[in-house]
Amino acid sequence: MKTKRLIVTAAMLAAASALAACAPDAGGGANTAGGSAAPANDAGGNNASNCTNTISKKDLPVVTFWGWYPNMQLVVDNFNKQNNEVQVCWTNVGQGGDEYDKFQTAISAGSGAPDVIMIEADRIPTFQIQKALVDIKQYGYDAVKDNYGTGAWKDVSIGGAVYGVPVDGGPMAMIYRKDVFDKYKVTPPKTWAEYEQAAQKVKDAGGPLFGDLGANVPAVLMALQIQKGASPFAYDPAKPEMIGIKLNDQASKDVLDYWGSLAKKGLVGTQDQFTPEYIAGVVNGKYATYISAAWAPGYLTGAGVGKGEDTGKWAVAPLPQWDPGNPVQVNWGGSAFSVTSQAKNPELAAKVAYGLYADDESLTDGWTNQIIFPLNLKALNSPEFVDLKVNFFDGQQANKEVYVPAANAYKGMTYAPFGQYYFDAMTKQVSAIIQGSVTGAQAADRLQEDVVGYAKEQGFTVQ
Amino acid sequence: MTLLIEESAASTQEKAHKVRGKVRLREHLMGWLFVGPFAIVFLALLIAPLAYAFYLSLWQKKLIGGTSFVFLGNYVKAFTDPTFLSGAWFVIRFSLVAIPLQIVIALAMALILDAVTSLFTRFSRLMIFLPYAIPTVIGAVMWGFLYSKSFGPLTDIFGLFGATAPDFFSSNLIFYGLINVVTWQWAGYYMIILYAALQGIDPTLYEAARMDGAGKWQIALRIKIPLIAPALLLILVFSLIGTLQFFNEPQILRYLAAGTISPGFTPNMYAYQQAFGLANFNYGSAISFALGGIVFVCVYAFLFFTRKRRSFF
Repeated sequence: MKTKRLIVTAAMLAAASALAACAPDAGGGANTAGGSAAPANDAGGNNASNCTNTISKKDLPVVTFWGWYPNMQLVVDNFNKQNNEVQVCWTNVGQGGDEYDKFQTAISAGSGAPDVIMIEADRIPTFQIQKALVDIKQYGYDAVKDNYGTGAWKDVSIGGAVYGVPVDGGPMAMIYRKDVFDKYKVTPPKTWAEYEQAAQKVKDAGGPLFGDLGANVPAVLMALQIQKGASPFAYDPAKPEMIGIKLNDQASKDVLDYWGSLAKKGLVGTQDQFTPEYIAGVVNGKYATYISAAWAPGYLTGAGVGKGEDTGKWAVAPLPQWDPGNPVQVNWGGSAFSVTSQAKNPELAAKVAYGLYADDESLTDGWTNQIIFPLNLKALNSPEFVDLKVNFFDGQQANKEVYVPAANAYKGMTYAPFGQYYFDAMTKQVSAIIQGSVTGAQAADRLQEDVVGYAKEQGFTVQ
Repeated sequence: MTLLIEESAASTQEKAHKVRGKVRLREHLMGWLFVGPFAIVFLALLIAPLAYAFYLSLWQKKLIGGTSFVFLGNYVKAFTDPTFLSGAWFVIRFSLVAIPLQIVIALAMALILDAVTSLFTRFSRLMIFLPYAIPTVIGAVMWGFLYSKSFGPLTDIFGLFGATAPDFFSSNLIFYGLINVVTWQWAGYYMIILYAALQGIDPTLYEAARMDGAGKWQIALRIKIPLIAPALLLILVFSLIGTLQFFNEPQILRYLAAGTISPGFTPNMYAYQQAFGLANFNYGSAISFALGGIVFVCVYAFLFFTRKRRSFF
């Protein structure tokens, strides 16, 4: 009997210690900055032994990095070749949401995050509020300050602190099928009213859909709402517990109603974007326009659009406006390199964040292949970039005519500190609009209610 | 053993008693030794994570204000959360349609394969079982393409009759689209289990039945099905548990239809999103346990009702 009790006690102790090992620290924070807490056999992002790239200078310290640019391998190799102080160990753990989920898990776990991470500017507040990012202002900001515009820095800064190094931007524009426009005798619409008229004209003549309302690209709709004058979130880093949420003001409702009515009239499709189905539609000329950002041509080219007999069918025009006398330019996507608070050596990591994708060779490769719309002024102001005749657009000087003016006019936006929830909630409402169960205005009201509820639950005081 | 030898001075009675005690002790130790490997794995990989998840589910972590103990607050929230409730209602509805459909198909195929002996039997058995051998993810991706309006055959087939192909990714039809994927994947597996049970029936029973004038239908209905009732019950319980925890297929198809399949589409997906998308491990754990409760209630109710009706078989 004694033995039995002993074994049971031992088993319980073992179980209890296993539990204790898993228990979260009382602070709940993921802040292990500079700490040596990460065990040596850490299988997560801090492990420098499973890089996708090959590090040739093996005696240098290594900084781990997650990123998903299509030419990442080349960029990392360029950095490692030119740098004699630190080497980058790169892994691609997924694009956008997939990477954020992994990063989020690593933050909660307190280990497993890389030293440097590529994130879109709109996610910086989400991670910053969890203290998962390091302010890198003290680690060499002054040296590179003049390499980027003020708008670019604004998107990666919160208050006076800098939480990322801008890499690429996403000034939005209207990509369109020249052949379809010619066939149905429409000219690029300058306003959203003209956009609808042109869509109707093409439809009446039996043409393809004019565009697409994708439930899974809430960031586009947010940008278009901001274009009309909405300011979804107001947020002061000095008082992080206070947040202003305005998702159902008239401008927000108008934009959702506008797209909802286009979808209802059958003028635009309702296909989720970035799916094989959507790309196939784009390749087959099912959509006359694609409201998208400057990085889109590169992704479309990569997906096989505009090749073979489709070469040169595409062109680009500025984003349609609500008030042509007072144009507003907006942004979709665009990423930055941030140093995580799990970085073993934040100073070294910041060197990587500042230096990676900042050399001429990488930047040139990025913009000639339309993988990035560079924010680095060395590239953005270079005549080669501005005057580039873009193959995808049949030699059109897309940067000079459309994207550079749009980027220069972009004033920056304030993003949500809980971007994932907001975008998920928006997707749900856009999906309801597409089904026809709610109008745009109703969807905006529900979204407001939903997100305010979440914010309150998370302890924010909603203004 | 050395102890025993040293104790030779003691009286024989006492010795005998001690030996019995030692033997019993050794039996206990051997028993624990045999159970040990399982017990350790069981405790470390099942009980401990469950206990930890339950512990987590009693706390709440806010972006502002940190972690606090809320006891059953997360459960109260779950059972008043429309997303969780609609997800739970979806998997229950899904079970009510998908499970009978799968079982009927599996049973029909098993009975046919059992009754017919021809060259095709083995081949058909393999072919019907094959979908189960395809990984869920690949199966889901494959159906994703088959349902596609651009790549899939549906547009062409319906086009022949001048009709528009149904869009199985639309919110009206996704239910049936998923039923089809699940049935395709699992009916063959259940068929194999039922077929094996049918093979275990003593053939003399059929002979006796035929002598009494029973036809093929009567043999199937009155002998075969009642005799494989335990196997039927087993797969019903398995499929009920599996279907209520529906996750893989909708999670994969989400990449093709994020608008239709929301992150809270099924309770398991909702738990996943809460934990890994929104870093809310506490509420995610609570949802998992709440789902566990629903599964328990459903399985218990099911077993309760079948116990009463087993006399029908």
